[in-house]
Amino acid sequence: MFFGLSEEQEQFQDYVKKFLADNVTVDEIRKIANGEDAALAKEIYSGLINLGINALLVPEEYGGLGADLLSAVAVAQGLGSGVGPIPFAGAYVMAPIAINFAGSDEQKAKYLPQIVSNETKFGVGLSEYVAAREDAGIDLSGGKANGKALFVIDGDEADYFLLANKGGVLFLVDAKDKGIEITKLTSVDKTRSYLELNLKNVTAEILPGSESDPKVAKKVLDAGRIIFAADSLGASESMIEKAVSYAKERKQFNRVIGSFQAVKHMCAEMASDLEPCYAMLWQAAHSFDYEPDEARLQACQAKSHISEVAKMVSKKATEVHGGMGFTDLLGLHYWFKRIGLNRQLLGGPELIREEAAEIQGFNQ
Amino acid sequence: MDLNYGAEYEDFRKEVQAFCKEYQGVSFKSESNENTMSDALSGSSANKKSKKEVTRSEWQQILIEKGYIARAIPKEYGGYGGETDIIKSRIIATEFSKAKVPGGMGGQGIDMLVPTLLEWGSEEQKQKYIRPTLHGEMIWCQGYSEPNAGSDLASLQTKGELIDGNWVINGQKIWTSTAQYSQMMFCLVRTEPQAPKHSGISFILIPMDTPGIEIRPLVDMTLKAGFNEVFFDDVTVPEENIVAKRGEGWSVANSVLGHERGSLADPNATMNRLNTLISMMKEQTIDGRRLIDIPSYRDRLMQVQGKVMASQAHSLRLLSSKINPGQNVKLGGMIQKLVGTELRHELEGLAIDVLGEIGTLYEDSPYLKEDGSFQFTYMYFLGLIIGGGTNQIQKNIISERGLGMPKEPKVTEAS
Repeated sequence: MFFGLSEEQEQFQDYVKKFLADNVTVDEIRKIANGEDAALAKEIYSGLINLGINALLVPEEYGGLGADLLSAVAVAQGLGSGVGPIPFAGAYVMAPIAINFAGSDEQKAKYLPQIVSNETKFGVGLSEYVAAREDAGIDLSGGKANGKALFVIDGDEADYFLLANKGGVLFLVDAKDKGIEITKLTSVDKTRSYLELNLKNVTAEILPGSESDPKVAKKVLDAGRIIFAADSLGASESMIEKAVSYAKERKQFNRVIGSFQAVKHMCAEMASDLEPCYAMLWQAAHSFDYEPDEARLQACQAKSHISEVAKMVSKKATEVHGGMGFTDLLGLHYWFKRIGLNRQLLGGPELIREEAAEIQGFNQ
Repeated sequence: MDLNYGAEYEDFRKEVQAFCKEYQGVSFKSESNENTMSDALSGSSANKKSKKEVTRSEWQQILIEKGYIARAIPKEYGGYGGETDIIKSRIIATEFSKAKVPGGMGGQGIDMLVPTLLEWGSEEQKQKYIRPTLHGEMIWCQGYSEPNAGSDLASLQTKGELIDGNWVINGQKIWTSTAQYSQMMFCLVRTEPQAPKHSGISFILIPMDTPGIEIRPLVDMTLKAGFNEVFFDDVTVPEENIVAKRGEGWSVANSVLGHERGSLADPNATMNRLNTLISMMKEQTIDGRRLIDIPSYRDRLMQVQGKVMASQAHSLRLLSSKINPGQNVKLGGMIQKLVGTELRHELEGLAIDVLGEIGTLYEDSPYLKEDGSFQFTYMYFLGLIIGGGTNQIQKNIISERGLGMPKEPKVTEAS
């Protein structure tokens, strides 16, 4: 019996963390966030792709690493801890899982190897399926998609988009299709891309498995939620480390502020609420692949609970930094905002808890 | 990640399941409200209307013979004489709790004194005290806190002097649970007044019927006398009642405190209480609506469930770190008392809120649900948040030992 990340998974996570620590300082994040250095953004992106994060979830028969979701979670924790400004949850987790579980043999043979070579990049938009807002929604009929997809992630340089209608039918559209109008949405978190797609008679390539089995879309959703939870966990861990080390250096009243109980207790509260989240997250990832009966509830609870803890951490860790925590100079806000975006993506805590209750048959 | 325990353990699980089936519905002779409440605290629920009746002491004997409790305690001292096996312990706890079969007795003697004696006691002390304690025939209380030595326990002042081969003890203890039912007390006493405060304390065993001991029950907010004040007036016990050497009492006590903090909030018990709460919310109604159908109640329930699930997974990770040396759990064990007691308090409090006015009824009132155990446990856990090292002290420990933050500078003695 062993409960935790394997040595290999920890190593992979360490590579990601080290790469970000060595190559992506706050100044560099700021440049990328402000769109001031496209070359730098590209360099970081390819550096992380060189580690193989894109190939993780693609089965070995298609040239990938055939890893389980827990390995992707290990990576996502690393990306969250260094606010990695690259696509991941959509492009390299949800897209390959959707294609692998719902794609036809031809679709798998076509797209999965291209994810491994990173020749084809996928943006992902499931908001219309999870919780369609006013003015959004997609109509899918006669092989054509019409309507609007909001909050599409990982789509900046996408060649294809993976989208869904309200019924959970998953389909691909070609980003070059003349009927697609792409608009950038500015979000608080500028480390990741966020798009709006307007679709007029766009050719939709349906992933047939999602039509015959509505559970497939849920599976893709669960994977995405677990990955966002992992990203928030990594970001929270990093914020606590920063708060603790700042508190050990900053002096007031001739003492380091970390010797005041008011500050120590905030740090202890953050650390003790976050600590059980590691196991919860790993359990959810494990259930995703190996315990189908538990998987949905685990994914929902991991996303909502970790989102709540991360929100608390992002607030308290900022407070420990005092005025500096509020400045752009320190850049702590990139972590704060990363946690803020993750919380809402694919459903905020209240919506997901309602889903968790439904899964258990509580709300009749 | 490998959540399989392996074939040997699955066989063991089947054996435990068979045992639980045989003893399902076992109950205790002369069941009182006292026991119902202690079952609520431990999350177990022995069926009160069962035909199988045993005494607590007989039940202890049955469990020891199977090796389900006292597993690693040598036979010569009345234990099972096996090896410590935390996976088996876990299987036992899980299956007992699933089948609602009551576990073994707890209490200061079994949970704290026995491990202490095994580590520090003389051969004679082990022979004399462990067996009757395990069998529930010798109940112990713990004499640690004093009116002026709470969080700062090491400043305790109860005095012990060695006179003609006897310890003569004078002073006062407080927050002493179960003193009124106990045959024995293990007590921290200052025997070396000249030594620095941590090295002047000894660990002494005191029979509670020794002349000079006065016990005054201290009623707590649950309106039960869970605690006592214990006064010592020239209480005289033989010199050999000391455990370990003179002045080693602080180290002896610390080896047991760690044990207590881990056991205050068992995640299995918390899961059982959550299940009790869920069943109740499905049964009870307001204006004909089930409590669980009221969205705001349901959302709070789901929040608590998330925390309980996190705690359960965390306890698996802790278990794993014990059998896989080298696995890093960082703060893992240190947070258990803080997180576990706060969570239980929150869970029991939610049950009171969804019951509304019914949640304020108490003791022998009609309309009580679950015998009023939510009300009792809600208050009791506030006691546990304060006791066993307050949760504020826990936060100091977590920040200092876990996060490496500095101690608060010492204040120079005010006059």
